[in-house]
Amino acid sequence: MKLVRMKSGYGDVLLAEGDVDVAEDEERLVEEFRRQLDLGLWAAVPTATPGGRREAVMVRSFSDVPRDADRVIFFPPAAGG
Amino acid sequence: MAMTALVGISLGVIAAALMVVGFGPDLLAWINERRRRAGERKLARIAARGHYVPDPGRELRAERKAEQLLLGVIGPEAFEAYRALGFLPVYGPPDADGRPSYGYLIYPHRPLVSFDARSRALLSEYCVAFPDRSEPAHGERLPDADDVLAKWMALRGDERGLIAAANMHLPGRQLDPDQVRRDLSRLGEWSAEALTTAGPAPSFGVAT
Repeated sequence: MKLVRMKSGYGDVLLAEGDVDVAEDEERLVEEFRRQLDLGLWAAVPTATPGGRREAVMVRSFSDVPRDADRVIFFPPAAGG
Repeated sequence: MAMTALVGISLGVIAAALMVVGFGPDLLAWINERRRRAGERKLARIAARGHYVPDPGRELRAERKAEQLLLGVIGPEAFEAYRALGFLPVYGPPDADGRPSYGYLIYPHRPLVSFDARSRALLSEYCVAFPDRSEPAHGERLPDADDVLAKWMALRGDERGLIAAANMHLPGRQLDPDQVRRDLSRLGEWSAEALTTAGPAPSFGVAT
């Protein structure tokens, strides 16, 4: 699983990567996940239905992230323009 | 009578003079301190912005990277639509007949526009942004493809939350309604063409 973050001037940057089935990796992923949420970022997990339709799920806790997710994408929170 | 007025004026002048003598230095010090602090705040704002110098090369690289992320998330079909049209359509959940009743057009760094999927009538404009304030040196603006992806994910994952965060206006607040209608026509033509050349109709993330 990869945790990536959208960033002005960069595109996306890799924050952490690991195997959620490995305890050390999972701990690192959870820590980074919390850190990004503490910074106020929103997190989304891209998903696909069996038919191939693309979707996304907003997550507020690492436990909400599907175990088989490839990546979690963090991005700045929405603000009225 | 004149004497009384003269005494009154004199007392007023004396009182004002005493106040200036008594409180003048403190008042001046307070005014100067406020000016100094305002100047410091202004300098800090200028310094924070002053380092941001747009670098076309860096921004182009960031855009290419963001496009790859967008492609990976929304899939080649929808990405092709975005590249061809300059915006990304997203539809709401289907009605009983299996067709969505409304949709949104996602423009990079422009408001979302909702529309009636059957009549193509424009419904509302939603002004929303995702300012990245983490590094003032690079500005607050995400690459276009990241902005589109952020809107797409937020719409797919929490439509109500995004709409609640946005400022809603009637169509025409920021985007030319005639241009948006032309975009909807282009979308219809593009979808019809994709249908004839590729078989299945583009889904663009229609909720099921």
